[in-house]
Amino acid sequence: MSVQPFQVSVPDSVLVDLRQRLARTRLPPAEEDAGWEAGTSPAFLRRLVQHWQTGFDWRAEEAAINRFSHFRASIRGLEIHFIHERGRGDAPLPLVLTHGYPDSFLRFTKLIPLLTDPAAYGGDAADSFDVVVPSLPGFGFSTHPGREGATFEVGDIWHELMTKELGYQRFGAHGGDWGSTVTEHLARSHGHSLVGAHHTDVPFWHTFQKPDDASPAEQAHFARTEKFMHEEGAYAMIQGTRPQTLAQGLMDSPAGLAAWLVEKFQTLSDCGGDVETRFTMDELLTNVMVYWASGTIGSSFRPYHDFTQAGAMRWIVEKAKEWIGASKVPTGFAVFPKDSSRTPREWAERFHNVQRFTEMPRGGHFAAFEEPQLLAEELRAFFRPLRPGAR
Amino acid sequence: MSSTNVTIAAGPRSQPEPFEIHVEAAVLSDLHVRLRETRWGDVADDDGWKLGTNPGYLRDLVTYWAHQYDWSVQEAALNRVPQFTAAVDRARLHFVHAKDGAPRLPLLLLHGWPDSFYRFHKVIPRLRETFEVVVPSLPGFGFTGPVRRSSPEQQNRQSAQLLWRLMTEVLGHRRFAVAGGDGGSALAQLLAIDHPESVVGIHLTDLGWHVANADRSKVSKVERKYLEAGEKRFMADGAYVMVQSTRPQSLAPALNDSPVALAAWIVDRFHSWSDAFEVAFPKDELLTNIMIYWVTQTIGPSMESYRAEVVSPSLSVADHVDVPVGLALFPNDIGGIPPRAFAERTLNVQRWTEMPRGGHFAAWEEPELYAGDVTSFFQAVGGSWGAI
Repeated sequence: MSVQPFQVSVPDSVLVDLRQRLARTRLPPAEEDAGWEAGTSPAFLRRLVQHWQTGFDWRAEEAAINRFSHFRASIRGLEIHFIHERGRGDAPLPLVLTHGYPDSFLRFTKLIPLLTDPAAYGGDAADSFDVVVPSLPGFGFSTHPGREGATFEVGDIWHELMTKELGYQRFGAHGGDWGSTVTEHLARSHGHSLVGAHHTDVPFWHTFQKPDDASPAEQAHFARTEKFMHEEGAYAMIQGTRPQTLAQGLMDSPAGLAAWLVEKFQTLSDCGGDVETRFTMDELLTNVMVYWASGTIGSSFRPYHDFTQAGAMRWIVEKAKEWIGASKVPTGFAVFPKDSSRTPREWAERFHNVQRFTEMPRGGHFAAFEEPQLLAEELRAFFRPLRPGAR
Repeated sequence: MSSTNVTIAAGPRSQPEPFEIHVEAAVLSDLHVRLRETRWGDVADDDGWKLGTNPGYLRDLVTYWAHQYDWSVQEAALNRVPQFTAAVDRARLHFVHAKDGAPRLPLLLLHGWPDSFYRFHKVIPRLRETFEVVVPSLPGFGFTGPVRRSSPEQQNRQSAQLLWRLMTEVLGHRRFAVAGGDGGSALAQLLAIDHPESVVGIHLTDLGWHVANADRSKVSKVERKYLEAGEKRFMADGAYVMVQSTRPQSLAPALNDSPVALAAWIVDRFHSWSDAFEVAFPKDELLTNIMIYWVTQTIGPSMESYRAEVVSPSLSVADHVDVPVGLALFPNDIGGIPPRAFAERTLNVQRWTEMPRGGHFAAWEEPELYAGDVTSFFQAVGGSWGAI
């Protein structure tokens, strides 16, 4: 047992240094505003940097973050940061929620209270969860082992966290983006410990091996995935193939880091083009700050490299064999209309024992942040029949 | 600094104005603060170039930049060649103009990305013995800076037209020669296609990007192999193109704000596309090229044509250059030496030289080989011009 209480506490020296950098920000010379089509809108970035300097209060955000109970655990040589919030109710079900890129554990801050205390939000106390929200290795306040292939080990680490460190015998898991890969790993390698697995997407790398008998909906899904990679996948390509060419620069420039990260919140959310309808500038900047203060932009690129390097395909095939056939774990999907992936049900069924598949009315890639109420209701409904003692 | 980002309307025949590079002290002291305060990160465990710019090399380069590199010396050296600016349409073009004595065949030298007019600094002394040498900073680059476009269509074609007007209307030449590589190859081809009456011939070090779109089913096996190797290389080392052509606005803020970001992004290309990188590109030279982007704040505008040419391409594989073409092919340029038959599909190849060594920035890495080949080619095809 290595669990230690943890608080997010960015040293003053980091904030002082940041203030100086923001003050000398040299944005590209202004032209008439080009909008978001070619990346982060220059006009929006200008406003965001301005707000970062004059309106944004990190210490207030930090205090809000610390209202959750944070811990770190030493697992397999890594320090894993996580939020652990106990549920209110007779028998809360343990549930691990896994984020992706370019978000962080903050993805789930709006969802956590709805899951731990459903009775306070118009739900039933019988639906409550003990919620665990870790930072992926190399993201935010979790360390990274500094070697290739670590992405495929996260499921094992989560299993150790939930069972050995936190003492849960059986638990549920939910995730999107990289969190979906981790959740699938948990279901495949540690199915006996999993009550159920819930996803917002099928991990994209499954499309690397296309079946011969793809349905029209699956073919459309592959075409959409390819179109996405072609039109919007440059970030994944550079982060996967030449991460060092970019990461050091984003370590050095807060405005540069914000421009690189914020673009995704505009393109992947259900915001109708106006990112501020889904995320306030404070929310966007707090997420950017998790990367900035921890200096983890470089290590956050590592999963992309793990999947882009020359041997990745062979590796995926071999790992898939280790994951012993299709998972038997009951699995649910909530597919959000503005997410980049939007898997069809039959594609999900090739890899999962799908027991619930819901096409959501609104929301995008960051569903837990954009539509916490909808996702909370979906998670309650999916896990309700899977809870111990349920008929 | 002299006014570099200005776009002004001008009459049809502007007089060139002498130009000297002068970077204000405030820009240099601000740069030094940024360099000294570089926030280093543990970005990866690789100590080589496999995952991008080598972190150890980058640290050395920034240390050298902060403590040993002397811009004033470099600036003085740059100013030893005569430079001018001239208003053409809505642009103010910066160019080196080196001519000695008797009238000679004018030679327009066109750089690419991520280099600058500095690409040719080693060959200018040699070439001016034979030619009247004109080396512009391309529209969007360096001391020319961003250019307001009349339309978003075919930006490279618009740039070629500006260069044609520089050579003809401003400098008064009826006929001239053009040489270039990378983006400069595309511009040279556009000049030849749009103004065959003015262009004596073009000398290139590559075929231009557009040929990657050649129909695989209509080429020989050898050519197909060449194209497939190009595709494979693109997947491994072409991400910079994808970023620059799809999401440049998400990248440019870091590169314009952080000298280490700019250096890492540029230096990776020099390393990938050369042999004996550290020998071919001493730190002083690399940094001078990077400084041209930094002091003019043109990294954003320099990337514009990547996206513009995807949205509205100026050149296609259906285009053919009819004026005589000389090709000097360097083994470590991107993709190595193409099959000659493939080059002949789009170019009227009159000279074909496979070089023993050198890479993408040939004029810079192998100035003797490059200048020799350019001179020989134009001595052969430029004979009718009568001056050489």
